[in-house]
Amino acid sequence: MTTLRAIMIRELRLARRIGAGAGLGLVFFLILIALVPFAVGPDQKLIGRIAPAILWIAALLATLLGLDRLLQADEDEGVTDQLLLAGTPLPLILLVKALAHWLATGLPLAIAAPMLGLMLAIEPAAMLPLTLSLLVGTPTLTLIGLIGAALTVSLRRGGLLLAILVLPLTIPTLIFGVTIVREAAAGRAVATPLMLLGGVTLLMVVIGPVAAAAALRLARN
Amino acid sequence: MTLPAPRFAPGLRLVAEGLAMRRGHRHLFAGLDLALASGGVLRLAGPNGSGKTTLIRLLAGFLKPEAGTIRWEGMPAEAEPALLIHYHGHREGLREALTPRENLAFAAALLGGEPGRIAPALATLGALPLADLPVHVLSAGQRRRVALARLLVAPRPVWLLDEPLAALDQAGQALIGALLAAHRAAGGLAVVATHQPIAVEAAILDLGARGAALSGEREA
Repeated sequence: MTTLRAIMIRELRLARRIGAGAGLGLVFFLILIALVPFAVGPDQKLIGRIAPAILWIAALLATLLGLDRLLQADEDEGVTDQLLLAGTPLPLILLVKALAHWLATGLPLAIAAPMLGLMLAIEPAAMLPLTLSLLVGTPTLTLIGLIGAALTVSLRRGGLLLAILVLPLTIPTLIFGVTIVREAAAGRAVATPLMLLGGVTLLMVVIGPVAAAAALRLARN
Repeated sequence: MTLPAPRFAPGLRLVAEGLAMRRGHRHLFAGLDLALASGGVLRLAGPNGSGKTTLIRLLAGFLKPEAGTIRWEGMPAEAEPALLIHYHGHREGLREALTPRENLAFAAALLGGEPGRIAPALATLGALPLADLPVHVLSAGQRRRVALARLLVAPRPVWLLDEPLAALDQAGQALIGALLAAHRAAGGLAVVATHQPIAVEAAILDLGARGAALSGEREA
């Protein structure tokens, strides 16, 4: 437990020092959303209709920020070798790293989303479901990203490949996430898509760290 | 500030038999045997590219040999080899954005060391004044000293050191010799790849001399 706490403290400290902290992802999210009305034009109805999709795609892109450095920086500076000699199982270490990444990217997005939803004329009834869908769904984005980061760790500049690997795998999460917001805006129940989204996230909590650890070990040889 | 010397259980033995390894299309070594017991130091010599780093990474378990076996005898039954090993490589395992103290605190948590040993370990390596500077402002030799302090923060019986003397000044090189001697005396064992002589009694395995015998085995 103390080991995992030490890893968490280190990750959050690193995120803050190298400028991959909560602020940056949030500003990126804000800029993406501020661009939409300029691109679509002053049609409030249309913007309100596509708002769930825009918010979710923006969350997806904001999560990708910093993913390529999540494991690459440790690899470049030789820390991965030390992780392999630790008493703590590698998947557990990676899960903590993913959690730290989510705390710095996904969580602030989920909290800020209602404010940004306001800019996109989203239905008031959909505000809380929007936050809920991002809270439940963004961990999956990070965990899928973790696998992608582990697979591309031996490539020097794997950032673009990482995005290409990760984005298609996020489609189920995207579908359920957008459905929740859209159904809520239309005044319908959101329990079913929310549970499905939660199911995907739980599945990824199990698969993600194990798959990433296997990929990381494979990259040694 | 001196560190209490650890005592490692005697009777640990590293036995490697018939190791073969290839990088790309080039045979580095084949049929390599080595044995090393508690209190032993083995120096790997040989020209650049003769496979010193590869052999060290094999012993650390990071790579799988093409042929042959690596056994750790006399280990506690429930222990894993990875938990006995300290690995020090070209890439030193220090994050540049963190200070030496933070890096070593992380290493202590990871490798089973005590936070209380960090300051004395840095002092032993002559790096205590650097403890709270970010690593990216340190020179190559200073970084090496900080990375080597890890060996003292978390006592582990097996040291696998790849070029520990590179970038160190003469005092630093003498210090590594003294650390290795103390590690031997405590019942630890070490494999050290280096071009320079080290100031400690050590067996020598010259991969270059072996490589000459293998030069006919290059694959197309």
